[in-house]
Amino acid sequence: MIIKPKNSIPASEITDPVIFSQRRTVIKAFMAAAVTGSGLSSAFAGTEPIGNSLAKKPLQNLPAEITPAALVKNYTNYYEFTYNKEDSTALAQNLKTNPWSIEISGEIENPVTLHLEDLLAKQTLQEFIYRFRCVEGWSMVVPWSGFRLVDLLKQVKPLSSAKFVQFTSVYQPEAMPFQRSNTMLEWPYVEGLRMDEAVHPLTILAVGMYGQTLPKQNGAPLRLVVPWKYGFKSIKAIVKIELLKKAPLTTWNRAAPNEYGFYANVNPAVPHPRWSQSSERQLGSGYFTPRRATELFNGYAEQVASLYSTMDLRHFF
Amino acid sequence: MDSLTPLFSRWRLIVLACLLPLLWLLIDVAFNRLGANPIQALHIRLGDWTLRFLCITLAVTPVQTVTNWRGLADYRQLFGLYTFFYGSLHLGVYLLVDHMLVWGNIGMDILQSSYIWFGLLAYLVLFLLAITTSKFAKKRMGKSWKKLHRYIYLASIAAVLHYFWQLKGNLSQPVFYALLIFLLLSFRVLVWFKDKAFRRLMIPKPRQ
Repeated sequence: MIIKPKNSIPASEITDPVIFSQRRTVIKAFMAAAVTGSGLSSAFAGTEPIGNSLAKKPLQNLPAEITPAALVKNYTNYYEFTYNKEDSTALAQNLKTNPWSIEISGEIENPVTLHLEDLLAKQTLQEFIYRFRCVEGWSMVVPWSGFRLVDLLKQVKPLSSAKFVQFTSVYQPEAMPFQRSNTMLEWPYVEGLRMDEAVHPLTILAVGMYGQTLPKQNGAPLRLVVPWKYGFKSIKAIVKIELLKKAPLTTWNRAAPNEYGFYANVNPAVPHPRWSQSSERQLGSGYFTPRRATELFNGYAEQVASLYSTMDLRHFF
Repeated sequence: MDSLTPLFSRWRLIVLACLLPLLWLLIDVAFNRLGANPIQALHIRLGDWTLRFLCITLAVTPVQTVTNWRGLADYRQLFGLYTFFYGSLHLGVYLLVDHMLVWGNIGMDILQSSYIWFGLLAYLVLFLLAITTSKFAKKRMGKSWKKLHRYIYLASIAAVLHYFWQLKGNLSQPVFYALLIFLLLSFRVLVWFKDKAFRRLMIPKPRQ
């Protein structure tokens, strides 16, 4: 199933035909692997397409607006490793992602620590094509493979006292230089959502993109994707999910509370204190292509605006 | 004078050498070596070279004073004009390549982005200095020419703030330029104090 906002992304926005031809079939293999629990651990060792044997099926009717995979794989803010968006590609390969377990705790009936394979065995992977908008003023369109966060939360049975969800990234100082030297931010990285945001059908946990397992620099093995919020909300390499009574103190909010709010909803009308959010540079667009006008809630207003209908978005930025 | 200069005079070599950063950038554009966000890379590269030429221009006087080498002074105007040149390309890429002259977006972007205000202030100063660079202007403006051209100090501070004010984390680059410009400006302050003290010594003391 492909989730797209109604005001769909124009078809002029870039293609990666090789990946396209493989994607659908690959996803099927991905799903099969998830259901059986087999083949996934080996898949997580690298980023080879899963189900190569199926990939020769003829090209289907696929949307032509996706950002080329090579750009998405080589332009990541991963401050545990480096300041540089391109250096993180190589540096992130030092991260150990196998084995991987996720602790789910807090205000729930069934606190549990799960191996990633066991967690995925109960989920059906789907493809979600989302625009991803960074607070720095650039955006890309990525086909994620994953499942809805709500489907995981249902299994652990949140108590009525659970009002927020806190996510914590991995702490692996031996692999992550900026954690070792305590540079830039408080580590490990922490993010959070309000409960209604967490259970919204657009909110997903991703394990792949472009029909392959998630590259390490893009947040392997498990990351959050919240498409109507600035990219820093979509936390990478998740090891812990806690349900809380109160709003968690998130990493960027703690580092610069006047610049990065808890909500961080994409909103062209609310500028960052030092720069405008009115437009964005789309990765993959050519020279002499004007910047794209940023949309309220990144184009997902129809689906999510009701979550914030009583809130002053300028105050709760 | 031009007819007397040999084909590869030092002057010509330096004029050409200052174009190498642009050539290098154009080669990177041609071979698609600017990464996933090439327009952002253009902004950074051209901005960096503007700052570098600004620092080189500001370094002429201190180097001259310290080394007693007078030859450099001939190049100060050239370096200053190249600062303006790279600054103009930096601004031009913003207006023409990034925004494609969509003035509504540009206006909103400038209005809401305080880091751009510092950049524009720096550019405005560089522009005024560039249009008054000729000997003719210097002669006509008299004393006010020197006054105006001292605003390069303001431009250098604004340029560093422009760099600082847009970053999320990595401050090492702007800190480097800030330190450099701080040193270059404090050299002037020291000289000014020294001259002032010297002048005071020169004033004849009243007779007792």
